[in-house]
Amino acid sequence: MSNFFDKSDLTRKDVDEIVSNTLKNCDDGELYFEDSKSESIVLDDNKIKSSNYSSDLGFGFRAISDEVVAYSHSNEISKDSLKNSAKSLQSTLKSIKGTYNHEIPKTNNKFYDAINPIEQKTLDGKLEVLNNVNEYLRKKNSAVKQVTATFSGEQKSIEIIRSGGESLTDVRPLIRFNVSVMLEKNGRKETGVYGIGGRQSYDDYLKNDNWKNVCEEALRIASVNLDSKPAPAGEMKVVLGPGWPAILIHEAIGHGLEGDFNRKKTSAFHDLMGQKVASEGVTIVDDGTIDKRRGSLTIDDEGTPTERTVLIENGILKNFMQDRLNARLMNTRSTGSGRRESYKHIVLPRMRNTMMLSGKNTQDEMIKSVDKGIFAVSFGGGQVDITSGKFVFNCTEAYEINNGKIGSPIKGATLIGDGPSILKEVSMVGNDMMMDPGIGTCGKAGQGVPVGVAQPSILIDKMTVGGTKL
Amino acid sequence: MIKDQEYLKSKASYCLDLAKKLGATDASVTIGNSISETVNFRNKVLDESNRSDSLAMGIETYVGKKKSSISSSNLSEENLKILIEKCYETTKITPEDEFNSLPDKELLAKNIKDLNLYDQSHIENDKKIDYLKELEEAASIDKKIINTESSFTEDKSNFILANSDGFCNGYKSSSFTASCVAVAKYENNMERDYEFTSKCHLNDIFNPSELGKIAAEQTIKKLNPKKIGSDKLSIIFDKRISKGFLSAFAGAISASSIARGTSFLKDKLDQQVFSNEINVIDKPDLIKGMGSRSFDSEGVKTDTLKLVSNGILNDYLIDTYNGKKLNLKSNGRSGGSTNLYFENGNINYDDMLKSHSKILYVTETIGHGTNLVTGDYSVGANGFLIENGEFKYPVNEITIAGNLNEMFKNIILANDLEFKYSINSPTMMIDGMTVAGK
Repeated sequence: MSNFFDKSDLTRKDVDEIVSNTLKNCDDGELYFEDSKSESIVLDDNKIKSSNYSSDLGFGFRAISDEVVAYSHSNEISKDSLKNSAKSLQSTLKSIKGTYNHEIPKTNNKFYDAINPIEQKTLDGKLEVLNNVNEYLRKKNSAVKQVTATFSGEQKSIEIIRSGGESLTDVRPLIRFNVSVMLEKNGRKETGVYGIGGRQSYDDYLKNDNWKNVCEEALRIASVNLDSKPAPAGEMKVVLGPGWPAILIHEAIGHGLEGDFNRKKTSAFHDLMGQKVASEGVTIVDDGTIDKRRGSLTIDDEGTPTERTVLIENGILKNFMQDRLNARLMNTRSTGSGRRESYKHIVLPRMRNTMMLSGKNTQDEMIKSVDKGIFAVSFGGGQVDITSGKFVFNCTEAYEINNGKIGSPIKGATLIGDGPSILKEVSMVGNDMMMDPGIGTCGKAGQGVPVGVAQPSILIDKMTVGGTKL
Repeated sequence: MIKDQEYLKSKASYCLDLAKKLGATDASVTIGNSISETVNFRNKVLDESNRSDSLAMGIETYVGKKKSSISSSNLSEENLKILIEKCYETTKITPEDEFNSLPDKELLAKNIKDLNLYDQSHIENDKKIDYLKELEEAASIDKKIINTESSFTEDKSNFILANSDGFCNGYKSSSFTASCVAVAKYENNMERDYEFTSKCHLNDIFNPSELGKIAAEQTIKKLNPKKIGSDKLSIIFDKRISKGFLSAFAGAISASSIARGTSFLKDKLDQQVFSNEINVIDKPDLIKGMGSRSFDSEGVKTDTLKLVSNGILNDYLIDTYNGKKLNLKSNGRSGGSTNLYFENGNINYDDMLKSHSKILYVTETIGHGTNLVTGDYSVGANGFLIENGEFKYPVNEITIAGNLNEMFKNIILANDLEFKYSINSPTMMIDGMTVAGK
């Protein structure tokens, strides 16, 4: 474990003293140290376009009284800097008093190894894979006009120091390997993108020339889109494929079940606890404990061990996702969902790996049951308005369905729906649940954190498809 | 206090000297410091205070035509030494790229204009609190408003950009930003909307009650929306949305998308891309402008560009690397556009509302449905239905779709341009887009 202040004028005794003194009249808070190392190596347009390495060290100091959060962060690790931060916190909370809450549950679980993926593969090795990707794709198909391939890796070490000297640590590896390809045929251009990743070394994902499978998938998506025709416009039935399309769950339901929006009563779900919000057979969990997944965490960014939180069980709303602040104010416990992008950001309740569990139907049954609709296989990204509940996501691979048969591919279109009612429109849940390939980043309040999603195929009876063809 | 130029310069020259000593043939370094203080309010009480002090460096080292870069927030000499050595070692084994180089010397900025981007006023947190109290009082007068969240941020920053060709310049800038998000409820429907103000100078921001009042009014107007049927309609884009089309345009004419061949505007230079009333300007030397800068992120001087005149595309946004690839000189747009705007159109706002018997007025879009490779556009939207010039009712849960190639040629602009953001557009109307609803 690296010591975050051993090269500064701070001793552990100083740190413990400053933390304890600052937080003694507060309800909660901690000092959070973070040391992150990251790299990104990009091949683009037949060349190694950039190789970038970054190292960042800093602290974030937080004090909470009742609902008020005071936060101060800096990348100058010194006694002066920490004391300045402490002063800034005390000035915000000067007239407020609380009772410090010490308890953090303990865990011996570890959901990933404390490796540094950047050091585990040589630069030459990475360059070789990138060049192989470029050559492979351009040789494979003469319509390939552009290839971009990227390695991104990081190791983030954190230490949380609480009042009384309690210390909680974690070392988090994360990698992503991504391929984007553009095809041009008869004046038409289309792109296909595919990636893989998680909390292991690059080679755990790339062994057995697995990079070829990533290339093939990107190429397949682009080829399908070259033949796509304008998407239909209006309300219709939608079949979603398994895996990554679960960003529908993430946008439509997930964000609305985060503790902060519900404490503030600004979520469309805030008064629906215990009520039916989805069709029978729909069960959704948010799980931080799946081995080596992108959204998994041994402890969250407040030190709470993560867990598998049941959000919706057989259609009934069971739990919100909580950090310590919102849990305390809503008289419940943290679900280990307190996360932050870095030491520069405050903790918010966030998703980890959000999953709809398998049901009984087959994808085939779903397709056969649809007279007119679309079959959506892959998505770009989504967004939600928590308050009105309206959410969107963008198809990157979709087909029309006519009379129970899959037809032509259709152009990328935005799908829009209403979060609190969409899951009541789910009429079939597939038996084919699949995790996404490990590529998701969720944005909230300007902070991006890695997340995962999973779902089986599902049939939604009514959704608005934003094509151009009336 | 933010670090002064002398401190930043000494760090920059330490980095450049070290890189040269190690064997780098060229190098370019940026050192920046920013201090930001934010106070957040919710329902008329203090919710959060946040102070951030960030120091950061980034360096690119070249060995001939080989290049790589590192960045760090730890500026101790010991750490810089380790990182710059690592950067140099990486550079040596990175493949050559014939287009890698520092900017041409004669293009580097020489006369740095004072654009009045820095206001040294400091507003204490207690004063921020007073501002937000007044703001939220004004925002919560109507009982339909059930939640208000507001925020005041003061940002100060300073930076130095230096390279081994002798360029060494930087300047301070500041911004003061206040915002208000309101939630309104009527029966089972909740809606949210916002207003904000952001300026380089404290005295130029909105007065707090004005800001709160606008946020509340806009939110209440959205209550009880209806979903409309699918149709081809004329759409008016409110100013806060119309500027988004300029962002898409800027992305599509960046030298990088053009050189990579991944833009729907590739090979469109000197051709009609907008209707012939449309002019697009990028003006870097606007006094107190939110996007103003005297040189780009490589040190290249910036001149005003008339990117589009009478609908014809005149220029791309060019940086050194992609410029060399395209055989064009950098026009100082590494890092993108500066103060980018559509010149005013000929029609006034009220006449625009009356121009068709039925119009969809869009105030918000959601989703990332702009494809710059194909120009395909499809996003979620909400707004209002206008009949015969009158706002009839709010509309939501619909999508709007088209293709930017055609949409650009159908743009009609009102004459109500304001400089509120770094990218600005008058109110905009586009005919013939597809609305998908019921």
